[in-house]
Amino acid sequence: MISIGLTHYLLLGALLFIIGLYGALVKRHAIAVIISIELMLNAVNINLIAFSKYMADKVFFGEMFAIFVIVIAAAEVAIGLAICLVLFRHRKTLDLEKFNIMRW
Amino acid sequence: MINALVFYLLAFVVLGGALSVVLLKNIVHAALSMIISFIGVAGIFLMLQADFLAAVQILVYAGAVAILVIFALMLVARGDGVMSNTNLAGPNHIAGTAVTLVFAGALLASLVTTSWPLLSNVTFAATAVSDIATKLLTTHIMAFELVAILLLVALVAAIIIAKGASDND
Repeated sequence: MISIGLTHYLLLGALLFIIGLYGALVKRHAIAVIISIELMLNAVNINLIAFSKYMADKVFFGEMFAIFVIVIAAAEVAIGLAICLVLFRHRKTLDLEKFNIMRW
Repeated sequence: MINALVFYLLAFVVLGGALSVVLLKNIVHAALSMIISFIGVAGIFLMLQADFLAAVQILVYAGAVAILVIFALMLVARGDGVMSNTNLAGPNHIAGTAVTLVFAGALLASLVTTSWPLLSNVTFAATAVSDIATKLLTTHIMAFELVAILLLVALVAAIIIAKGASDND
């Protein structure tokens, strides 16, 4: 049985990021896109903490970055969902295909 | 051996939850699968000896962010469609899939071909919360204060945006 190393965590982070990217590009519900962006941020956090553990132990730079990423993700999701609520109040839908009012 | 078993179990939870977010047709089910994926990520953090980050992940992501998302979903009516049809792919899903596949190929190829400068002796010590606290309030104190102000401004702005500034003056 092979032991779990850095590559396993990086592979997990890459796969999670790819799934989140697919959701963010393809989904047509605005809140589904926000959820997919949260998945991508989680993938980045896995990578940061794995690097911090396997390449710079006891320095905790990766943990610091992950803490700040979590805080900024919380701020981002609060603003994003508030914008979603206002959009729904104005347009009665959150279907992103309907939001082409800024097209050229 | 047991380490590998736990890792693959957690990876299955994380990736299964994420795939359910993307593939389920009901958006409330997708939001609930998101919570499962977040809890799996907290388990991964525990495997990496980042117990403080695991606690924060449970509190902030599986708690606060999940509640915010579900509240927003409940405040937004489902429009004209039925509930089992709310999390569909858009009309440009072929282009999106192509971009995702190209990106996945580049990412996995670079991951496999890079030789990482690993530490030779990774020690799995006890908790590191006090070390993290010391770093956070000495080396990173400026970023800590800035991100506190950012969070305050963002949350006040979210309340003002959601309230609607035009209809109460």
